[in-house]
Amino acid sequence: MRRPAGIYLTCMVGVLWREALRFIHQRERFVAALVRPLIWLLIFAAGFRSILGVSIQPPYATYITYETYIVPGLIAMIQLFNGMQSSLAMVYDREMGSMRVLLTAPLPRWYLLASKLMAGTAVSLLQVYAFLIVAELVLVDLPPLGFLAVLPVLLLTGLMLGALGMLLSSTIRQLENFAGIMNFVIFPMFFLSSALYPLWRMQESSDLIYRISSANPFTHAVESLRFALYLEVEPTSLGIVAGALVVFFGLAVWGYDPRKGLVHRRGKG
Amino acid sequence: MWATRNGTAGGRMDEAQHIDEAQGIDIVDVRYAYGAKPALADVSMALRPGRFTALLGPNGAGKSTLVSLLSGLFVPQGGRISIFGLDLAKDPLAALSVMGIVFQQQTLDLDLSVRQNMAYFAALHGLAGRRAGQRIEACLTRLGLAARQKEKVRALNSGHRRRLEIARSLVHEPRFLLLDEPTVGLDVPARADLVAHVHALCRDDGLTVLWATHLVDEVEAGDDLVVLHDGTVRAQGAVADVLASTGAHDVLGAFHRLTTPAPAEPAP
Repeated sequence: MRRPAGIYLTCMVGVLWREALRFIHQRERFVAALVRPLIWLLIFAAGFRSILGVSIQPPYATYITYETYIVPGLIAMIQLFNGMQSSLAMVYDREMGSMRVLLTAPLPRWYLLASKLMAGTAVSLLQVYAFLIVAELVLVDLPPLGFLAVLPVLLLTGLMLGALGMLLSSTIRQLENFAGIMNFVIFPMFFLSSALYPLWRMQESSDLIYRISSANPFTHAVESLRFALYLEVEPTSLGIVAGALVVFFGLAVWGYDPRKGLVHRRGKG
Repeated sequence: MWATRNGTAGGRMDEAQHIDEAQGIDIVDVRYAYGAKPALADVSMALRPGRFTALLGPNGAGKSTLVSLLSGLFVPQGGRISIFGLDLAKDPLAALSVMGIVFQQQTLDLDLSVRQNMAYFAALHGLAGRRAGQRIEACLTRLGLAARQKEKVRALNSGHRRRLEIARSLVHEPRFLLLDEPTVGLDVPARADLVAHVHALCRDDGLTVLWATHLVDEVEAGDDLVVLHDGTVRAQGAVADVLASTGAHDVLGAFHRLTTPAPAEPAP
């Protein structure tokens, strides 16, 4: 049965609105999302500034400070953590039952999951812009138009990392298993990327780590953001991020399909 | 009007939609297993339209599995389910749009207000603006929660939260209300209150209701009854018919006869 477009729109707006309300009610989540990258920027970067020199490399036209270098990586970090937070919330919602309310709405499941993904990404955008404003005020000098130019890329990277979180949520059977995700997904993804140091520096120390980092979609999310902040486009990275989004979201929809997927099916009587 | 009892429907969601409510709910030879462990074995039952049917079974009987199948969260591994003539496998979205579901676990956002919870659910069913506002008002009034709509759900007691879940499930004007052990965790007065509310909905609005429970005292004399045990239907029909067929004097007696294994014959 075909459903009118208005129903789809109303549903997505409803999911976005709910996520926004939950976000407003969870101020600690906002503060944590802001404090984490700021600690990296203000403490970690300050310590490493004198150790790590960053040569001139695109998109930078001149030498930059280490703080400037890691800003795109920290933006992607916010989105990665937000994606994982959404994943955790989905596992919790599934255990608590509220995910059932969403999944029994009379709309295709892929669309309901896409709405959920959009809502999570919208929240990550708020977090990123709050971080960018603080970073700009305190330490870093970014091109003013970069704030605008980065928006579509933020949307793409946020969706990709959110889809990864959604995929993981479909495979996690119990909330207690979520700690494993931290160890086996978030940390390797973040550290095996160009978030904290350029890939050519990694190649100097280990070709294997360089190759893994080059294949990491998170690296390409970081590089897409880095170029967009300086009003440039990195088509290869954008293509890889878009491809990863399609794969992750496709697998997440499969994971939530009751006929084929991995979602926990537990009888209660 | 979304759906009428004589079978035609449409209008509210601007789509042609036809249900034949007179066909009721048909569950035919439905099977489901968790891996090698069967949960439902060729379960068949027919729910009469506009009737309150109690699905009675002990823990582990397969009630929640059946609710998950009816709500489309699981897909039957055999058999078919028809909601007012709509094949759930072929047209799940149309079938879901005429169903209101209350799950065993509470599914409310505790930090949102009563009204915000209602509005979110309305949006999931395509209702927004004035129409959603009217429906929310009507449903909250019906369940006695209109005065509390600005309160956070966290401030409500368990009984009121359950009432809110029922109010929420009615916001899109369903014709089939599916409730999975909705009185779990409630005290006796709250349970009685909830049972009475849903009976009133069934009686006054002609809703078809399936009420899954393991509590015998939630079944009333005028209800229909399906007894489920070990994944199979042991009896079904009007309560009076089930009593007559089992020779029991009350529902508790019938339930025991249908779910307690017969004592083994003494060895000669």
